[in-house]
Amino acid sequence: MIKRFFSLIFVVLLALVFLPLVTEIKPLSELGMTSAKYAEDGAAELGAANLVTSVVVTYRGLDTLGEVTVLFITTAGIGFMLRRKTILPEKKRRASEILKSGTSFLLPLIILFGVYIFVHGHLTPGGGFQGGVVIASAIVLLMLSDINMHPDHNILNWLESLSGAFYVIMGILGLILAGGFLDNRFLPLGEFGKIFSAGAIPVIYSLIGLKVGAELVGILNKLGREDK
Amino acid sequence: MTIITILGFLLIIIGLWGMLTRKHLFRIILGFSIIDTGIHLVIVSLGYIKGRTAPIFDADLSPIDAINRIVDPIPSALVLTAIVIGLAVTALMLVYVIQMHRHKGSLEISDYEELKW
Repeated sequence: MIKRFFSLIFVVLLALVFLPLVTEIKPLSELGMTSAKYAEDGAAELGAANLVTSVVVTYRGLDTLGEVTVLFITTAGIGFMLRRKTILPEKKRRASEILKSGTSFLLPLIILFGVYIFVHGHLTPGGGFQGGVVIASAIVLLMLSDINMHPDHNILNWLESLSGAFYVIMGILGLILAGGFLDNRFLPLGEFGKIFSAGAIPVIYSLIGLKVGAELVGILNKLGREDK
Repeated sequence: MTIITILGFLLIIIGLWGMLTRKHLFRIILGFSIIDTGIHLVIVSLGYIKGRTAPIFDADLSPIDAINRIVDPIPSALVLTAIVIGLAVTALMLVYVIQMHRHKGSLEISDYEELKW
C-alpha cells in the first residue's frame, strides 16, 4: 500500500514536470528552418513525392542506417538469448480448415500488398518498414496455419545480410557518383510522381523492406519455436 | 493539436503508473509500450500545424506553395524511426522474460529479488 502511495506521488510529480510543456509550448505556425528548406527544395532536389520519405531515406539516411543496425542487433541478441536447443512440442492442435483455406487465399494478396507498400514508399504513405512488417505478418499467418512450417533459417539470414550489404553499397555508390553518402541522385530522377522516379530511393526502401521483413520473420520464428 | 499533446502525456503517465504498480512482467512490458505510444503522439503533435496537410505531393499539393501548406515532416520521420526501435526493444524485453521464466518459472517481479536493494 505504501509502495503504491509512493508510485502515486512519483507519477503526480512527473505530471507536474509535463505541465509547463503542455501550457507553455506554442502551437507551431510556421515550419522551422530545416523543415522549410526540405519543403522548398526537397521535391526538386530528390524527386520524391513523399517528403517524409525524402527525409527518412536521404536527408537523414544515416539515421535510418543506424536504425536498421539497431534492428539487426536486436535480432542477433534474441538469437543469442534463445540459442539453447529448442525442442518442438510433439502435440499441437492442427489448424482448422477455415484458417487453412483463408491462408491459401490471403497469403499472396498480403505479400503483394507488402511489396506494393515498400515499392511505392516514395509516392504514398508507407515505405520499407511498413511493407516489411506486412510481409512478416503474411509469414506469421502461414506459420499459424501450418504447424510444421518453419521458415528456413539460412535463407532468412542470407536475405537479411544481402539486403543490408546492398543498402550500404547503395550509400557508398551515392558517395562516389553523387553528392554524398546515401545520396539518391546517382540514378536518374525520372518523372516526378511516377513509380520509376526519385533515383535510388525506391531501391533503398525495397532493400529496407526485405531486410525488415526477414528480421521480423526471424524474430517470430525464434519466439515461435520456443517451448520446453 | 494541444489535445493530442495532452493525451500523449496522459498515456505516458498511465504507462508509467502501470509499470510501477503491476507485478506481472508482461504487464510491465505493456506499460512500456503505452509510454512508447504516448511519446510518439507527443512528438507527432508537436509537428502539427493547424489547417495544413500531410507532406506528400500530388495533384492538389504542388511543391511550389508547399512551404505554406504542409505540416512539419521531421517529427513524422523521427516517429517512424522511434516506432521501429520501440518494436525492437519490446521484442528484446519479451525474450528477457522468457529467459527469466526459464530460470525461476515465475512471471511475478516480486519473485526476483537478487537485484533488489
